[in-house]
Amino acid sequence: MKLRLKVWRQKSANDKGYFEDHTLEANEHMSFLEMMDVMNEELIQQKKEPVAFEHDCREGICGACSLVINGQPHGPMQGTTTCQLHMRHFNDGDTIHIEPYRANAFPVIKDLVVDRSSFDRIIQAGGYISVSTGQAEDGNAIPINRNDSSLAFDAATCIGCAACVAACPNASAMLFTSAKVSHLALLPQGKVEASRRALKMVNQMDEEGFGRCSNITACEAECPKGISIDNIARMNREYLSASLVGEEK
Amino acid sequence: MSLNSNIPPGPMSDKWTDYKSKMPLVSPDNKRRLEVIVVGTGLAGASAAASLGEMGYNVKCFTFHDSPRRAHSIAAQGGINAAKNYKNDGDSVYRLFYDTVKGGDYRSREANVHRLAEVSNDIIDQCVAQGVPFAREYSGMLDNRSFGGVQVERTFYARGQTGQQLLIGAYQALSRQISLGTVTMYNRHEMLELVVVDGKARGIIARNLTTGKLERFAAHCVVLGTGGYGNVFYLSTNAMNCNVTAGWRVVKKGAMMANPCYTQIHPTCIPQSGEYQSKLTLMSESLRNDGRVWVPAKLEDAKAIQEGRKMGKDIPEEDRDYYLERRYPAFGNLVPRDVASRAAKVECDKGHGVVATGLGVYLDFESAFERYGKSKAHSMNLHNPSTEKIRELGVAEIEEKYGNLFEMYEKITGENPYKTPMKIYPAVHYTMGGLWVDYNLETNIPGLFALGECNFSDHGANRLGASALMQGLADGYFVVPYTIGPFLSKEIRTPKFSTDLPEFAQAENAVKERLQNFLDNNGNQSVESFHRRLGKIMWEHCGMARNAEGLKKAIGLIRELREEFHKDVFVPGTMDEFNPELEKAARVADFFELGELMCVDALNRKESCGGHFREESRTEEGEAKRDDENFAYAAAWEWPDVKNDPVLHKEHLKFEAIELKTRSYK
Ligand SMILES: Cc1cc2nc3c(=O)[nH]c(=O)nc-3n(C[C@H](O)[C@H](O)[C@H](O)COP(=O)(O)OP(=O)(O)OC[C@H]3O[C@@H](n4cnc5c(N)ncnc54)[C@H](O)[C@@H]3O)c2cc1C
Ligand code: FES
Repeated sequence: MKLRLKVWRQKSANDKGYFEDHTLEANEHMSFLEMMDVMNEELIQQKKEPVAFEHDCREGICGACSLVINGQPHGPMQGTTTCQLHMRHFNDGDTIHIEPYRANAFPVIKDLVVDRSSFDRIIQAGGYISVSTGQAEDGNAIPINRNDSSLAFDAATCIGCAACVAACPNASAMLFTSAKVSHLALLPQGKVEASRRALKMVNQMDEEGFGRCSNITACEAECPKGISIDNIARMNREYLSASLVGEEK
Repeated sequence: MSLNSNIPPGPMSDKWTDYKSKMPLVSPDNKRRLEVIVVGTGLAGASAAASLGEMGYNVKCFTFHDSPRRAHSIAAQGGINAAKNYKNDGDSVYRLFYDTVKGGDYRSREANVHRLAEVSNDIIDQCVAQGVPFAREYSGMLDNRSFGGVQVERTFYARGQTGQQLLIGAYQALSRQISLGTVTMYNRHEMLELVVVDGKARGIIARNLTTGKLERFAAHCVVLGTGGYGNVFYLSTNAMNCNVTAGWRVVKKGAMMANPCYTQIHPTCIPQSGEYQSKLTLMSESLRNDGRVWVPAKLEDAKAIQEGRKMGKDIPEEDRDYYLERRYPAFGNLVPRDVASRAAKVECDKGHGVVATGLGVYLDFESAFERYGKSKAHSMNLHNPSTEKIRELGVAEIEEKYGNLFEMYEKITGENPYKTPMKIYPAVHYTMGGLWVDYNLETNIPGLFALGECNFSDHGANRLGASALMQGLADGYFVVPYTIGPFLSKEIRTPKFSTDLPEFAQAENAVKERLQNFLDNNGNQSVESFHRRLGKIMWEHCGMARNAEGLKKAIGLIRELREEFHKDVFVPGTMDEFNPELEKAARVADFFELGELMCVDALNRKESCGGHFREESRTEEGEAKRDDENFAYAAAWEWPDVKNDPVLHKEHLKFEAIELKTRSYK
């Protein structure tokens, strides 16, 4: 299949970016990133700089790959990361726009690579259970209802790719933050700190410059892991109860 | 140089307890003055950094990833072992110890493995406390499943995403220490050199991958948790950026690489589909619990399938060869990985493969659908359910267990595995070899420790499923926090090191020169193209089956290609910027040297053991034949300068608690 690519190039955070045109011969068995590898190999053959993009596991679990493909984070397929997207979902002659995530909290590093360390800082603000190594009791000491455990797992499958932010017109990080708050609040071990955790994480989220949530739900639609917006409601409850009792800021 | 494994005295089951009660401690006040560098944030690195931070040490932690959470451990699927015996099926610390030594084909160090089995239970407790959502039964209790090479159910899991959940637990523990200020985190920093001062590891040179600047970091000791080197084969199930550079750089400074030829080829991966392919995808071994492996018994059926004229379901039951069940009745589809992989190769080499390239076998769930469906129907009080109903219920049960794996398979292949059997083929997956370490997990360079997949210590010549996660977390949470004590307790009077020392300047200059050479080269071929070619040589001659002739040939080919690489590689851009091609060039350069050493090691080891199959050394039935008389040792290679030959040091393995036996799964 013959493709026309319009790829975002940007030297560094302070440079102005632009779309660069490429034409490419691909085949339908390739993954999207393998198609990009082929493009880069061609650029290198011409002694040009390849396009920088982030990736690692290439099986949809590490959260490194990103990209906005034809306007959609991770491209057109639901529940699929860019690295799992295959070219059989495109047609011969297609034009494909490839851009980085765009959000104030994610400055561009180069081309399609952005800095998502703000997500780390949200977790550092409180996205953990305060238990040190060696303090644990037997794993079966507290039975956990299978349903709760399963819901906690669903929230915990977030890969931190930040597609939710890229999808949101307000660049809000509510889905990411609430997934962590929910994962931990749903488990008896994490319940103790739940409200305090929500408060601290939400404050950090605001500090990083993420936007407000106005219930557009694009985050849920674009999330490659199907994280539910129910988590946002759960977080709001924890946040509210923390604000009510006026716990530390 | 002599190798001292520093195994504590006493009976096997008391060693670790005695060690812990007698080892020198470092007082809280002194801990605050001691600095530790941890490189890597996978299960091993993140758990070590978090635990050392909690203890009060000053930790600097590094990863080349943009976040600690992206380490390759995130991709582990199947589960983590522990000797909890929650299933009451006769499991115990001894049995886990025994299975691991046997599974490793008697090429691991008993004392280390015993300790691993001992701390396994603490890991599960710790992870549960951190909020890891392990699978549970309706009673609310933790669930288990079984994995290859064992006859008990001791594997804890979180659907098919166990590694992800465990790593997130460790990442969160690490994040907590970062927020408390005990750990300083350096993301997007790649260690490119070790700094040795007066014979001890005292720092690293790292490249800030965002700015491209080289930076110096000093500490009282250095801990590596930098993962495995399977990507020397180019195609593997490892994440694309996994590399050997940290490990190889310390070899250049005098550390030893042990058993580099021990590579695990995993039997259940999605077969390769084309030349452009960048990586291979694992289908968790847990699938072998419920899937049955087969190929068509008749060559003409196989041919028809390869040519697309027939499908797997067209082959009647009696014309299918369930070769694992046939050859290994006691373990069947659950034989260890090395055995299963070689068996698949044998069938495909005979022409029974079921994909166009001939390199693939079936993993079939049809009987599991039926079995689970019937049991579900029974529990729902459905009398005389139809075959369709049974299948529907069975599919739902399998989906609950392995849903994400089936989904992944479909995304990659475009085929629905609920409808047609999966096709699988072995692929490089894990490296048992690694930096030589003693009982303290300290390399032969004092003050340099190695944890997790980057050391050689626990899995011998073959790793059992669900044991790498166990080892990574054991090393980081429960071993190194103690075993770092003997070294650091002697350093309490050593003041902090300055990075102005000449050793730092020298190390930095060496890196600068290395990187600049790539940029000045102005060759014509991409780094990737060289990496692919290296991978092909390795797979062909140092892969699932090896022989002297092939290995000698490979050594010559690797040397030639390495020369061509240094002459003709093209790396665009500059040093002082974000430059992924430059990162890759430095990594591939190290893979070239490691690759050669792997072949040297494989050539030296004239026996077959575990993942290392020498065609010259097999039984009449074609099974691997070990040679305990001549090869019951760990081969530790010293190779600081490639201009000279590598030097072999042998650590002879003594088996006190377990009798050396031929490994049989028949
Ligand atoms: C697909 C797959 C599935 C698996 N499933 C299982 C399973 O079910 N059960 C099981 O027990 N095992 C499994 N394994 C094996 C297991 O996942 C790994 O062996 C284990 O996670 C390795 O952990 P680690 O901490 O040693 O290294 P890694 O997780 O690889 O971490 C290495 C870290 O080091 C950093 N690093 C490396 N070099 C440098 C450098 N030069 N400078 C700075 N940082 C550096 C990296 O950034 C990373 O943070 C699986 C492996 C694969 C490939
Ligand atoms: S590369 Fe890991 S999720 Fe896409």
